[in-house]
Amino acid sequence: MATEVKERSVPKPAFTDAEAGAKEFPSWQSRSYNYFTPRKRRATVYEDVTVDVQPDPARHLSQGWVYEFANGVGGYPQEWTALKSSNWHQFLDPNEEWEQTIYRNNANVVRQISQNIEHGRTAGVYAAFDPAWVKVLERHVFAWAHAEHGIGLHVYTPAQRDAPTNMINNAMAVGAVHKLRFAQDLILYNLALSEEIDGFDGSIHRQTWQEDPVWQPTREFVEQLTATRDWAEQWFATSVVFEPMLGELFRSGFVMQVAALHGDFVTPTIMGAGESDAAREQRGARVLFRMLTDDAEHGAANQAQLRQWLSTWNAAAENAARTLQPIWSQISEKVVRFEDSLERSKARQQALLADIGLEA
Amino acid sequence: MSRASITKAHQKIQELSWEPTFVEPVDKYPTDYTFEKAPKKDPLKQVLRSYFPMEEEKDNRVFGAMDGAIRGNMFRQVQERWMEWQKLFLSIIPFPEISAARAMPLAINAVPNPEVHNGLAIQMIDEVRHSTIQMNLKRLYMNHYIDPAGFDLTEKGFANCYAGTIGRQFGEGFITGDAITAANVYLTIVAETAFTNVLFVAMPGEAAANGDYLLPTVFHSVQSDESRHISNGYSIILMALADERNRQLLERDLRYAWWNNHAVVDAAIGTFIEYGTKDRRKDRESYAEAWRRWIYDDYYRSYLVPLEKYGLTIPHDLVEESWNRIWNKGYIHEVAQFFATGWFANYWRIDGMDDSDFEWFEFKYPGWYDKYGRWWEKYTELSKKNGHKPIAFEAEANYQYPHRCWTCMVPCLIREDTVMDEVDGQVRTYCSQTCHWTDKVAFRPQYEGRDTPSMGRLGGMREWETLHHGKDLAEIMQDSLGYVRDDGHTLIPQPHLNLDPKEMWTLDEVRGITLNSPNVLLNEMSPEEREAHMAQYKRGGPAGRPAAA
Repeated sequence: MATEVKERSVPKPAFTDAEAGAKEFPSWQSRSYNYFTPRKRRATVYEDVTVDVQPDPARHLSQGWVYEFANGVGGYPQEWTALKSSNWHQFLDPNEEWEQTIYRNNANVVRQISQNIEHGRTAGVYAAFDPAWVKVLERHVFAWAHAEHGIGLHVYTPAQRDAPTNMINNAMAVGAVHKLRFAQDLILYNLALSEEIDGFDGSIHRQTWQEDPVWQPTREFVEQLTATRDWAEQWFATSVVFEPMLGELFRSGFVMQVAALHGDFVTPTIMGAGESDAAREQRGARVLFRMLTDDAEHGAANQAQLRQWLSTWNAAAENAARTLQPIWSQISEKVVRFEDSLERSKARQQALLADIGLEA
Repeated sequence: MSRASITKAHQKIQELSWEPTFVEPVDKYPTDYTFEKAPKKDPLKQVLRSYFPMEEEKDNRVFGAMDGAIRGNMFRQVQERWMEWQKLFLSIIPFPEISAARAMPLAINAVPNPEVHNGLAIQMIDEVRHSTIQMNLKRLYMNHYIDPAGFDLTEKGFANCYAGTIGRQFGEGFITGDAITAANVYLTIVAETAFTNVLFVAMPGEAAANGDYLLPTVFHSVQSDESRHISNGYSIILMALADERNRQLLERDLRYAWWNNHAVVDAAIGTFIEYGTKDRRKDRESYAEAWRRWIYDDYYRSYLVPLEKYGLTIPHDLVEESWNRIWNKGYIHEVAQFFATGWFANYWRIDGMDDSDFEWFEFKYPGWYDKYGRWWEKYTELSKKNGHKPIAFEAEANYQYPHRCWTCMVPCLIREDTVMDEVDGQVRTYCSQTCHWTDKVAFRPQYEGRDTPSMGRLGGMREWETLHHGKDLAEIMQDSLGYVRDDGHTLIPQPHLNLDPKEMWTLDEVRGITLNSPNVLLNEMSPEEREAHMAQYKRGGPAGRPAAA
């Protein structure tokens, strides 16, 4: 028996011919964002999705900020850093980070790390780690995760609230998640090792970070970074001081150099991901601080300010670096001297400073 | 990753935080709220190792749909009436999204709980995702939709149009002032938990009905992140409720945040859904019906009311009054009419309403035609370029240009509710008692006898008309706003959808018209004149009809 089919209520598609080029009229070909000047002839997707999303009273924002803090300051005040620019909007992130790049890059990294850890498991490599190296791993390598986490959560994350343009803030937001992801990469690797190596102490890293004398100046350095109000100082002290003098010193100047000789080919690949992230943030820092030291109006003052920051933070960093020295002696196979690692870090920092226009 | 291993991984990453002993993180963003350390959980167990691949997969689906839309010639089916409103909506929404990213350190700084910190940090990068994916959607519209004008100047338009400024508080309000007021109560407890339902769920449904399936693709992808954000906000409000000293502030902030979100979001999204659609099936949900379902039932009754068990007084009166404004006082219709009245200062085109629209409105909102029908007929009549001025400047439209609300910046359209008061040495108008209270009472350094030194202020040049007071309309459009097409002559906004260059309004039709600010004129009146003027204004309406003098 046939049943009556009730007509469903659905929207009716209509042919509207509302596609580009269907008619010619004023502006029918105006198919690029026209409120900013792209760096090159044609704007990149990064520029299109980033520039001017955070408005600025100095550009198009005619009614000003409509909310203020209790002290009468609103929006994104340029006074939240001691550095000055004739045009903050000139900065474009050389990594061109936007939604698609952020997720592609980080998804690739976590996939690769997971595969590397799994490969170590199937190859049975963890049980063959040199016992002295295991002690270094559980204490020092995983203590390092705290530094990355602290900078991600309490340095880059607050800094990305403060800069006067969307381009700067987005670059720092990406820096924040790099750090947070890398800290989690490390600590989840620690979890994997706890399951793979008999007697592995998966929680000693906390005590090491909090109490071991070799780590205290490094922890103090990180805590000082979190206590800094000036966002540009935070980025500078992180990327130009912390990363070469402490980050690269420990990650590639120590862990990546020595692990393989102790039967560990997995840890260097994880540390390498952190190295790669730090290099990305340094690319941004290099462009931003070069722009500021080159500024026709404010360049000299910016250079003086940056040199003052450099002097203060470098002294603390060198002290922290030298305090880490005993770790280099705790391994069985001594393939790299601490002094060589430190010299390499200093040379890397000098190259970075030269790029920024802050040669010694 | 299995659920068990996610639980284990999530537990493990809690080891990363530590108690600083050398120096505390700088207190960048003050709050008057107080939080004791409390072991609140992150029920969604967010871990970056699983988060990034999940989001990448979501992105791949979005970008696949974008390719498909272009190859499938989606724009041969999209309704221009709908797409024009996207020029406004998509100019606004990337800023609230990126502001939500910027708001996360405000909450992190205020709340001493590592699990919540982790969730908030992930929310930060979610919001960067949302902002840039929405900008990219708009870029696609600009490239493939018939009329790119208005998309091409998008962020400039957002920054200098009155409508952009109304939208901007839904963003600036997340990042400025008391950290918890802004980043928790206004952003998460109200904006994300309540109003993203109509923003990101109801509106995409309407887009699909108008031939645009990309907006649903992008915005449902965005909305699927919101449940994590809602969870973040809920954890924080429960922590706040653990301290009796916060109760008074929470009650203040819920009143402000609820009302401001209602005033701003309902104005915009209500207009898009009711006046931007060509789908007039009588069984499709009206905005009022959607609001009743998504906001009244799903949010108010299921989320807000249960907070009373913690001793919190929630703003029942304001929820009911919001509904009263939508259902009985014609809030959405008044706002849509105002947008259309002000078409000359927009950067999108506004289609008039026709008989099929009238029939639908009358069916959904009985009595609608008697209030608004004749004005829309006049709008269509005056949309033709034949020697008259834009409708706002023609007396025959029988429409009194409204005063603007100092607080929410939507005009005082429900005329009888208008409040006039001298605040901070200036005679101001407010759309409602709650907006008056927000400015005069809530955003102040003292509240009900207690010091609130962290509370923000309302600032800026809040009245668009005052900014342009006394200027010629052609000068405003060309020099101040730049809403002119690439021939240097034709306006971007139009009161119709006809793209025949001969039918399009130009600078010539708006030259010689002076824009005046109702607030400037109000302040120039004597006190007696002002009282009389306001009494008459409040007798006016509906549909902006002026009362007899």
